[in-house]
Amino acid sequence: MIRAIALALLSHWRRHPGQAVTLLAGLALATALWTAVQAINAEARASYAEANALLAPDRLATLTSPAGRFPRDRYVALRRAGWQVSAVLEGRLDTADRRVSLLGVDLLTYPALPATLEDAGPDMEAPPPDPAVVLLSPGRLFADADTAQALQDPDLPPVRVTDGLPPGVVLTDIGTAERLLHAPAALSRLVVLPDQPMGLPSLSDIAPDLVLSPADAAADTGGLTRSFHLNLTAFGLLSFAVGLFIVHGTIGLAFEQRRGIVRTLRALGVPSAGVAVAMLTELLLAGLIAGLLGVALGYVIATALLPGVAATLGGLYGAQVSGSLALRPAWIAAGLGMSVGGVLIAGAQMVWRTHAVPVLALAGSEAWRRSGARALAVQSLAGCALMLAGILALSLIGGLVGGFVLLGGLLLGAALLLAPLLSVLLSTGEKLAGQPVAEWVWADMRAQLPGLSMALMALLLALATNIGVGTMVSSFRLTFTDWLDHRLSADLYISTTGPAQSTALRDWLTPRADTVLPIRSAEVTLNGQPGRVYGIVDDALYRDTWPLIGTATDPWDQIAAGQGVLINEQLHYGAGLDPGDPLQLMPGWSLLVVGIYADYGNPAPQAIVALDALLARVPDLPDRQLAVRAPDPGALAAALRDAFDLPADAILPQREIKSASMQVFDRTFLVTGALNLLTLGVAGFAILTSLLTLWTMRLPQLAPAWALGLTRAHLARLDILRAVALAALTAVLAVPLGLVLAWVLLSVINVEAFGWRLPMYVFPLDWLRLFALALLAAALAALIPALRLRRLPPAELVKIFANVR
Amino acid sequence: MSADLCRLLCRWACLVLLALPLPARAQGFAALGTDAQDFVVPDPAATLAFPADHGPHPDFRIEWWYLTANLTGLDGRAYGIQWTLFRSALRPEPGPVATGWISPQIWMAHAALTTPDAHYVAERLSRGGIGTAGATAEPFSAWIDDWHMTGLPTTQGDALDRLDLAASGAQFRYDLRLTTKGPLVAHGDNGYSVKSPDGRASHYYSQPHYTVTGTIETPEGPQEVSGTAWLDREWSSQPLAEDQAGWDWVALTLDSGDRLMAAQLRDGADGYRIGTWIDARGQATPLPSDAITLTSGAVTDIGPAVLPLTWRIAVPDKGVDVEITALYPGAWMATSTAYWEGPVTVTGSHGGRGYLEMTGYDAPAEN
Repeated sequence: MIRAIALALLSHWRRHPGQAVTLLAGLALATALWTAVQAINAEARASYAEANALLAPDRLATLTSPAGRFPRDRYVALRRAGWQVSAVLEGRLDTADRRVSLLGVDLLTYPALPATLEDAGPDMEAPPPDPAVVLLSPGRLFADADTAQALQDPDLPPVRVTDGLPPGVVLTDIGTAERLLHAPAALSRLVVLPDQPMGLPSLSDIAPDLVLSPADAAADTGGLTRSFHLNLTAFGLLSFAVGLFIVHGTIGLAFEQRRGIVRTLRALGVPSAGVAVAMLTELLLAGLIAGLLGVALGYVIATALLPGVAATLGGLYGAQVSGSLALRPAWIAAGLGMSVGGVLIAGAQMVWRTHAVPVLALAGSEAWRRSGARALAVQSLAGCALMLAGILALSLIGGLVGGFVLLGGLLLGAALLLAPLLSVLLSTGEKLAGQPVAEWVWADMRAQLPGLSMALMALLLALATNIGVGTMVSSFRLTFTDWLDHRLSADLYISTTGPAQSTALRDWLTPRADTVLPIRSAEVTLNGQPGRVYGIVDDALYRDTWPLIGTATDPWDQIAAGQGVLINEQLHYGAGLDPGDPLQLMPGWSLLVVGIYADYGNPAPQAIVALDALLARVPDLPDRQLAVRAPDPGALAAALRDAFDLPADAILPQREIKSASMQVFDRTFLVTGALNLLTLGVAGFAILTSLLTLWTMRLPQLAPAWALGLTRAHLARLDILRAVALAALTAVLAVPLGLVLAWVLLSVINVEAFGWRLPMYVFPLDWLRLFALALLAAALAALIPALRLRRLPPAELVKIFANVR
Repeated sequence: MSADLCRLLCRWACLVLLALPLPARAQGFAALGTDAQDFVVPDPAATLAFPADHGPHPDFRIEWWYLTANLTGLDGRAYGIQWTLFRSALRPEPGPVATGWISPQIWMAHAALTTPDAHYVAERLSRGGIGTAGATAEPFSAWIDDWHMTGLPTTQGDALDRLDLAASGAQFRYDLRLTTKGPLVAHGDNGYSVKSPDGRASHYYSQPHYTVTGTIETPEGPQEVSGTAWLDREWSSQPLAEDQAGWDWVALTLDSGDRLMAAQLRDGADGYRIGTWIDARGQATPLPSDAITLTSGAVTDIGPAVLPLTWRIAVPDKGVDVEITALYPGAWMATSTAYWEGPVTVTGSHGGRGYLEMTGYDAPAEN
């Protein structure tokens, strides 16, 4: 009997292969987007875990010098005093075609090696190298396969490929690093090992010039990038929700059309539980098949998007993420789970109704699909409640989570409010209509609303997200460009080899340029995090151009007098510091905050003080950068190169830095653009499936209109018009929602995630483009049913009257 | 002391293999330990020269300064300490000793403090060439980080006659003063000590006559102590034979004033034994392999290993037939390469105290 039920139910799909394809494609598409996001997140997390394990082993404390690198003597002094520390020398290594991070550690004492280098990698078959080979000259480099490619250089030590290293990081012994970085007897930092012996002398006695960063303050890539992944996950969920609308529509159609079969089966004595079980099994199967397809498709999408994501994370946070994707059980399971769960959610209601409705009622009209006035009222209330809950969440929970709950509440609430709003609009239109046909069209649109509302919700969400995210990115870009113009106000930026060359260059430049300014900074702990403090000289360049957001009176005078400090916006939000508050820059050195400046693209806290004041605390402040303002920067740069034999990249014209920054920026939001387009595509697909679902149910409504004299072509045109009109109304409603979304993103999410608030700029032309895109999508979606209507044999329409149930 | 040269090689292999991404760790033992490569090998014709030989011998592959002490606290309880500094050269250095990270000299140290109911261990590792570890002959000093064995100025006698000794771990530290008027003792043939039937050897001498005073500290607090100590100096480039799986070594200070160093290298058959009898006047007599018997008592499971904590040691020519018993069974050195080393008490034909070391028991297959 089970076989008979199954065959009877499955025969439907055989007769309507299009529906089967729609169901599977919709579910697979939704699963694919979700899986892709999960896969990207998993890959990124794995990269962070590797980087953290290697760079911040077990979250150990570190010792650094505000002046940058420091002599090895400090390490020897600490060890001879009993402190168990491990030495690290880091730097950039330029190979022929790539720049990599060289991490030189004392392989004998570095605490994180066994975990990261346990995997021998593809060289497993090769005999293990003699420890002498690794520790002594020429040494060995360790890198992942990709990075190793860039290290094939006869001047570099041989490379050993190791799986356990993050991309772009080359591990080597500190002796080898010292040679490659031309930094003899210099160190970048010391890792304070666990299990220190008893009776140690105080650090401030043996190494007063080194700064201890407690374990928890060490840079944590995971924390910095969490917001980005939350963002991606939200996008993935949104895509999945939109996909579920499609599935819901398709399943609804299938159940609608199979009411006859179900009635017959029930009349033949099949228990309702048997039918329900068969239908559930069918849903499960569909979920599994679509899930597998979706996971495969998701892998493809993720592979395509991952380089963009890697660029985004690298650009925004300096976090290195592998550009290639590994199959991980976690996201495969998540994809399948979402697919099966999703199809069950979308179909459970139908199965339940089929199961619960009495045999004979099954033959009745599609009453259950009708949303009466009461249902609309309930929907409106729920929508308002969701929006309210979002607003409450922001004020009660706050933070990034609160921000996202607000976003969710606003989006879902607005989606629920869409149908009631449209209903009101359509009623109004109906009342205003003068002609009978127009009146019928309005009324028919309203009748279609319940069936189309899911698809329209999907469209609303996709459009609003597009407007919101688009507004955010464009606002950010505009602000960023403007800020770059102000921030990079010098004409040339020059890197020198050290204080001696800096002095020589300064002497040479002073008579030839308008202004020569030093750029000197020290690493400090600000608000418990690693940060940087810059020392500046009093100059009109800063006074005139530096972009300040909030200030006390005469901030530049107070800075020049060594009595004030400017902080970046990240520190302002992170530590809750306002002008007038004191800020501790180093133990025993606090200054009053006199202003806040925008500092986009930098996740770390930063401060600016007078150079003299900083030099008094850090006498050996590095002196390796100069900013120059000159009437003819091109000629000056050329003369400078001739006079000093400087390497090509030592002099950077302002315009090059700007264009490089904008490139990074644009790459950063590439992924957002791609996801936006995909969501819109899914929404268009949702409209198509809904219209196809409605198609069969609409014939009884169209047949009388046809009988009254409207031609099929006319009816088809009206059908397209109707779909376009509904899409247009939805798009109009999406604009305010999108703007609210943009505001939340700019003023709530950005502040929490990045530490900066951005002004909002609106771009009505973009909305128009989107509006046109939505109408086009709706028209395209309506085209197939309309064509079918146009070609429908009149006999079919006549039959409607014969078959009236 | 530490009669097996293989041990250090094994330790280095293990240590460096642990720290580096090398598969087939076991393979590394053999790779490192098969021959002396281009290192200088011990020479039977060489004579010991002091104070120069108190300092390092960088042309040899391995070397150690190995000190153990049996102590008694003001509280009347017995204590033991170990202080060991190992030097290992990764590559022979034909020219002058290199400085900086690239020096092929690598240093490792173990320190332990044993009480009747606890055992504290610490380990230190360091590169040579940067100043964090090393040794000098004159004035004598051997150090790693803040652990040190430093010669104090003497107007006459040997540079090792007066020493300051200190080490510390997370839960213990000690700071001791060592003095002696006794002579240095050369093992084997004038310090040329053969370790296997096929003639592998080391240069080996000791200063077994120290009296000790100072302070130890455990989580229970500081304690004034006094007692005796025994320093071993040994260097070589050759490991032992491949069939030697481990060894049992003792250094005993007997109540009669005599001292005994005895060790056996377990090779699956009868084993190879070496020993030196040092009489109360400091006169040393080498003991041939068949003059010594070492018989293990019942084995005990101490957790990380199953091994005998009592031994019967007989040297019939010297009228010695004693049983030694571990002061604290859990004297397990949980270091890069683990072994058992701790103070023992002597009963039988003679009373006394000493130190016992057992290696090669941690792998169950070898028992």
